[in-house]
Amino acid sequence: MFEAILVMALGAVVLGAALGYAAVRFRVEGDPLVEKIDAILPQTQCGQCGFPGCKPYAQAIAKGEADINCCPPGGDEGIHKLADLLGREFKSLSAEHGIEKPKSVAVIDEQRCIGCTLCIQACPVDAIVGAAKQMHTVVAPQCTGCELCLPPCPVDCISMQPIGESVETWKWKYPVFKINPTQREAA
Amino acid sequence: MTSYLFIVLGAVLVNNVVFVRILGLCPFMGVSKKLETAVGMGAATTFVLTMACGASYVIDRWLLIPNQLEYLRTLSFIVTIAAIVQLTELVIQKTSPLLHQVLGIYLPLITTNCAVLGIPLLNVSLRHNFLESLLFGFGSAVGFTLALILFAGIRERLEAADVPIHFRGTAIAMITAGLMSLAFMGFAGLDKYK
Amino acid sequence: MNAVQRLFGFHGGVKPAYNKEAATGLPIAVAPTPTLLVIPLHQSIGGIPRPLVKAGDRVLKGQRIGGADGNVSSAVHASTSGTVVAVEMRLMPHTSGLSALCVVIEPDGRDEWIPRQPFDFRSATPTQTRDYLRDTGVVGLGGAVFPSYLKLNPGKLGKLHTLVLNGAECEPFITCDDLLMRERAETIIKGTLIMREMLSAGQVLIGIEDNKPQAIAAMEVAAQAANAAAGDSSIKVVPVPTRYPAGGAKQLMRVLTGIEVPHGKRSTDYGLQCFNVGTAYAIYEAIALGQPLISRIVTVAGNVERARNYEVLLGTPMRDLVALCGPLPDTDRVIMGGPMMGLLMPNDEVPVVKAANCVLVGSRKLFPPPPPEMPCIRCGECAKVCPSDLQPFEMYWFSRAKIFGKAQEYNLFDCIECGCCAYVCPSRIPLVDYYRFAKSEIWARELENEAADVARERYEFRLLREEREKQEKAAKLAAKTAAGREKAAAALAEVEQPAVTPEQDAKKALIAAALERARVQKAQAHPENTSNLTPQQQAEVEAIEARRAEIREMAKPHLRQDD
Repeated sequence: MFEAILVMALGAVVLGAALGYAAVRFRVEGDPLVEKIDAILPQTQCGQCGFPGCKPYAQAIAKGEADINCCPPGGDEGIHKLADLLGREFKSLSAEHGIEKPKSVAVIDEQRCIGCTLCIQACPVDAIVGAAKQMHTVVAPQCTGCELCLPPCPVDCISMQPIGESVETWKWKYPVFKINPTQREAA
Repeated sequence: MTSYLFIVLGAVLVNNVVFVRILGLCPFMGVSKKLETAVGMGAATTFVLTMACGASYVIDRWLLIPNQLEYLRTLSFIVTIAAIVQLTELVIQKTSPLLHQVLGIYLPLITTNCAVLGIPLLNVSLRHNFLESLLFGFGSAVGFTLALILFAGIRERLEAADVPIHFRGTAIAMITAGLMSLAFMGFAGLDKYK
Repeated sequence: MNAVQRLFGFHGGVKPAYNKEAATGLPIAVAPTPTLLVIPLHQSIGGIPRPLVKAGDRVLKGQRIGGADGNVSSAVHASTSGTVVAVEMRLMPHTSGLSALCVVIEPDGRDEWIPRQPFDFRSATPTQTRDYLRDTGVVGLGGAVFPSYLKLNPGKLGKLHTLVLNGAECEPFITCDDLLMRERAETIIKGTLIMREMLSAGQVLIGIEDNKPQAIAAMEVAAQAANAAAGDSSIKVVPVPTRYPAGGAKQLMRVLTGIEVPHGKRSTDYGLQCFNVGTAYAIYEAIALGQPLISRIVTVAGNVERARNYEVLLGTPMRDLVALCGPLPDTDRVIMGGPMMGLLMPNDEVPVVKAANCVLVGSRKLFPPPPPEMPCIRCGECAKVCPSDLQPFEMYWFSRAKIFGKAQEYNLFDCIECGCCAYVCPSRIPLVDYYRFAKSEIWARELENEAADVARERYEFRLLREEREKQEKAAKLAAKTAAGREKAAAALAEVEQPAVTPEQDAKKALIAAALERARVQKAQAHPENTSNLTPQQQAEVEAIEARRAEIREMAKPHLRQDD
């Protein structure tokens, strides 16, 4: 009995010492995972995930503090990519963080703009130009569609407008159709 | 010399740890979604299993048997394996953080991989000497890796396949694993050694 | 006669029914000017040209109406003289059925040219020549519409050993290059000579499929004449075996020279460049005649009574062209290009553009709807016919499952969308549709990633800027408070030194003065009775004073404290 305890204790001490040494020897600095997660996130910086930007959300995912389904702009595809990267199961978008919307840009109704600069301060990517008491306007190619400029506007002159398709951005459709005999007859 | 070769070959193919002994199914199903992670997991398991076989032989032969403590075998083996797994985890975290993240929970779960405990215990019951123990552990781990990689390759193809909705995911994976198991049974014909 | 040119092969290829005879019976005719020209600004690969005219402007034939925008872009020109009716969104000759900015011109019927001058490329710098070609809107007329000025660059090596002229024209129904070579061989050769000089190329190989004997003969005559004039035999007309897609640039270069341009490399890296015969013709017109690209030869074929080739002003509605050829009553579609690679047009009102080598009129009878798609049986026929040596079944497999990364690993972007795989597929899978789908999805993702990168950069810069501003503000505030404190201290010192100390001084002085006064008063405070004394009294006083002094002297040790 005493012998058994002694043997186990001895083993524990030896192994513990080895592990302690390894923990010091193989200490990890930095976290390259955050960069990889950040690269998948859409960089709208909208904060819908509950973190103040994409990078903080990436850090939270890397630490395991946030789930992967909190990013509405990234949509299902973004979640799939995160799930692939992290080897987790796919989860559908968490409803409390919002829904996936078509890609839009903010448009300022320049007649109603009073030039208060509140939206300029709210824009995370500096895509709104203007000065105090001057009309503001959105630089459309740089707008990420985060909607952060909507709430601060005192005169509600900013609206989100979906980006239409042009000949250059048009995509070939997925060529898989459900076979429907009646439709074929009609065609 | 040939007997050593037989031990390795037998462990890899004839008595494949996954398909024939049906050991270690948890990581087998869990980490075989991508080829990359399958290779990583295979390498980690190979390291752990070989080390575990060597260490457990030493513990069994020089610590437990002289003190008539054979009843502590399972316990002491588990503790040794846990320590080796911890060590492996630290090394992987340092050398490949992404692999560490991807293997996730399965890496510490190597501890509870029944193959890793099963092979050292089989070593004892098969009365292998030290070298045989190491080779048997290594061969089994290579067999595990082989199964994992083959299966990951198939699963990557399955991702793109038109699988009936109700069979998608784990269901078709189980069926595939069953078919592969049947295929590996074919190697039993090689076995004159057993 | 030339020495027999050794030919190489390319992998795969198919032999579809060529259907070329119908349109080759008649010479090229000039299509009449339509009542309204719709000229899309975006007719080539690259940036969308900026409109240079507005509604109401009068334009001349050949006047630039769209200026090249960006490094890869090509100008567009008015096809005839007239009035700009509008610069507006019009339906594009594109499968999407979407609209883009077009210049709508109402011709005045006078067909009045801008002043035309030949361009002396020999005395111009290469940059000037390229700018000139960009502004004359010359693009590859084989169908890819890549701006030619970008290809007229000898590349890293500084010179090329071979200039390949592509007259293969492998796609069924299309005969525009065939007719061009038959009728205007001499001009094509002249254009070729210009290109050869620009590229400092050695030999010229003109590849023509052997099912065009008349074109080969005509080109041979013109080439011989040019060789005779130059006194060498550097221009060779090479008949190549008829096999689709021998007219693909990479395929033709491989057949003629045996050189295969690898993935991600330019043909000029291997001393090769390839141009379509129509492009050579357009370059001659631009350089030697000063005429920008305003018309092209278009084959009208398919479901029509009289298939024929027309020289068409760019911007002519396809309907007008089709009407010239007598479309059969069951006509139900118009395709731009051939049956293998052509694009279905949203309707027949769309204009002829630089890419339109053929207007193929279709019907249900001529092009029956494809039978239903069956599952892939992995027979590998598609890999056997792929002229780019790809594995179409793998690319299909991953494109269908939307695993685009894997599709790209199988070099999806080396696919030229020739349609051979779909042509031979026993399961009748429209493979090219899958590749196009996957390609456009990948492009869209790349654009999204680029946008995300820009957004990340801008966001990080904003954070940096905010941080900097905060620091600057804090520094300013600190500087301000420090300055304030200093100033306050200085002010205090100023106030204290001259005000507080003098006050003390004044007090002291005041006290001193008071003391002084008191002392003086004390000194002067002689008792009244001591004035005007008699000498006797004076003597008495003195005696008394003396006694007092004596007493004071005696009392001194006792009075010291008081003193």
